[in-house]
Amino acid sequence: MMLAGLLIAPVVTAVPLAFYGHRRFAPAVNIAGSAAAFLFSVGLAWQVFEQGPVRTEGGSFFVDAFNVFLAVLTAFVSMTTAAFSRPYMAHEFKQGRVGPRRMRLYHAMFQLFIFAMLLALLTNNMGILWIAMELATLATVLLVSLYRTPESVEAAWKYFILCGVGIAQALFGTTLLYFAAERVLGEGGTTLHWTNLNAAAPSLEPTILSLAFVFFLAGYGTKVGLAPLHNWLPDAHSEGPTPISAVLSGLLLNVALYAVVRCKVLVDGATGTNRAGQLMMALGLLSLVVAAFALFLQRDVKRMFSYSSIEHMGIMAFAFGLGGKLATFAALLHMLVHSLVKSSIFFTVGHASHMHGTQQMDRIQGIVRGNPLVGWGLIVGVMAVAGLPPFGVFVSEFLILTATMREAPFLAPILLLGLAVAFAGLLRKVQPMVFGVPPAHQVPVRAAHVPVLLHLALALVLGLFIPSFLSQWFETAVSMMRW
Amino acid sequence: MSPVFLAQVIDLLSALVLLLGFGLLAQRRIYALLHLFAWQGLFLAANTAIVAYGAGVRHLYFSALMTLAMKVALIPYILHVLIRRMKIERDVETMVNVPLTLLIGIALVVLSYNVMSPIQEFSTLMTRSTLAIALATVMLGLLMMITRRHAVAQVIGFLAMENGLFFAATSATYGMPMVVELGVALDILIAALIFGVFFFQIRTTFESLDLSKMARLKEDVGE
Repeated sequence: MMLAGLLIAPVVTAVPLAFYGHRRFAPAVNIAGSAAAFLFSVGLAWQVFEQGPVRTEGGSFFVDAFNVFLAVLTAFVSMTTAAFSRPYMAHEFKQGRVGPRRMRLYHAMFQLFIFAMLLALLTNNMGILWIAMELATLATVLLVSLYRTPESVEAAWKYFILCGVGIAQALFGTTLLYFAAERVLGEGGTTLHWTNLNAAAPSLEPTILSLAFVFFLAGYGTKVGLAPLHNWLPDAHSEGPTPISAVLSGLLLNVALYAVVRCKVLVDGATGTNRAGQLMMALGLLSLVVAAFALFLQRDVKRMFSYSSIEHMGIMAFAFGLGGKLATFAALLHMLVHSLVKSSIFFTVGHASHMHGTQQMDRIQGIVRGNPLVGWGLIVGVMAVAGLPPFGVFVSEFLILTATMREAPFLAPILLLGLAVAFAGLLRKVQPMVFGVPPAHQVPVRAAHVPVLLHLALALVLGLFIPSFLSQWFETAVSMMRW
Repeated sequence: MSPVFLAQVIDLLSALVLLLGFGLLAQRRIYALLHLFAWQGLFLAANTAIVAYGAGVRHLYFSALMTLAMKVALIPYILHVLIRRMKIERDVETMVNVPLTLLIGIALVVLSYNVMSPIQEFSTLMTRSTLAIALATVMLGLLMMITRRHAVAQVIGFLAMENGLFFAATSATYGMPMVVELGVALDILIAALIFGVFFFQIRTTFESLDLSKMARLKEDVGE
């Protein structure tokens, strides 16, 4: 029931928005629909918490500790993003940057995008997972080019083409997976069910699965934004409307990483080694270092924070690859806190760029004077994402570092270097933006404060203590990993 | 018909699909490119139908029909209408170093055989020998997307890559489960429609579908 409601809510919301998305009440409908999805997700989480993993009849959907917390997170962040998008898009509409038709497109696609992510998270079928991941790209690609500027059209095209190339590799991986599974489980629709594959994993042919994982990692890894396949990400995340940047960086990257981890569990089961994890560690560290240094070169504020997302996805991929109880636990926590903090940063950045009429960092100054909450929200968010205590990112990064010291100490210096460089890059760029002297072109805007405060408060709480239900969830999810 | 004969027909059709992959790589004229793509789809559909007959797998007939409808009729038709309406029938792409691209293509085919040969050992299907060709078709589509600068050519590369993926599913396992195949087809169809929208957006903003004009988004290093 809860599961059906969670999946249906965004679709039902999308329909009226496709027709009336430009009306005054549309943002309220958008928020209400996302709030309904959030309530359903909490209900589903409660069900999983009480009864353990939920499987629908026929096994098409499967909800366990791993995907339910991501589903709640997805529904929550999309709800707060909808709340943020209300004043933000009203401003864009008033400025004439988007007309009524594009407002309809924006609202309808926002909901469809949430649907695609939830479908990817909740489905049990590895084929449907692929379809939903592709659907998520399709839903957002026209939103990236919403402003129809040459830059945004270029960014959207790059996003579409490069992610298309990437995701095609994942489909080839899925074919190989089915090929291996069919020999054990027979042919038919249930063969690609993750639960069946997981149960049969030890008897799957390791040669085939190893090759399949290379394709999976190249495919879904492109969507995670792992270097060297990350070229599209800074463009796509910076040229679209800011609410979309927030959900792309905060949510879609997580969903893509989730897909990689699900595949990794199967491959580890078949090979009995952590070779898949070693690949993830290599790409993760590379992403961390590449993105950390790229931070220094940026002038566009959203582009800079997109690189910061690549950096954090690299850390998570590294931690999942490293494996073991501690690192996996930390990676799950990092997924959660990064998503909260990064989306709140995009909220404040969106308001700040409205105040200054630009995304160029050298023209944004003294936000704190213009709007103290936006300014403080940004600097606190940046401190949180850079890994300063007492925020959640500090805890997860500390745990990852501890696990690295224990399991692979020779990699710890690279990890530390990446973290330190990113820290320096971010603070150096953001400080003058927040505390400088406000320029003459700064204008006040109506800002949505609640989403920012809520996200940062949660990130703070998670840095101070992790509620027992959450750690219990994480531990169940950790026990599902084979390595 | 004897299974040996059928297997030979399958090999022949697969070779034609691969050959058309090379044709797509080298063709400069946009209109001719579209025709080559439709031919590739036709051979693919024929191949799928023969596998369906030879192996007695009923649902593959349906897949063959779907390929015929989508890859040979619907998508080429949509692209045809778009090309006509945008008046770009005569577009000829300036391409650098076609011979080098073809050589890289050959290297990719060799690589595909290398990668797939240990996997083919595990297959007992009549299509096992075509698995490497399927991967090669995917790789050639990928190469096409990287090397071409015309938006329509990139899209055809994307669709050719998808042909390769479908081909892979047929040769590895006699097709994916039906719901997956239908979902993938739906995704491709939506993608084709969005590509159409994009052609217009690109034309209005860049005044041409030549993507070499797209070079605004670069890492600008502070001066």
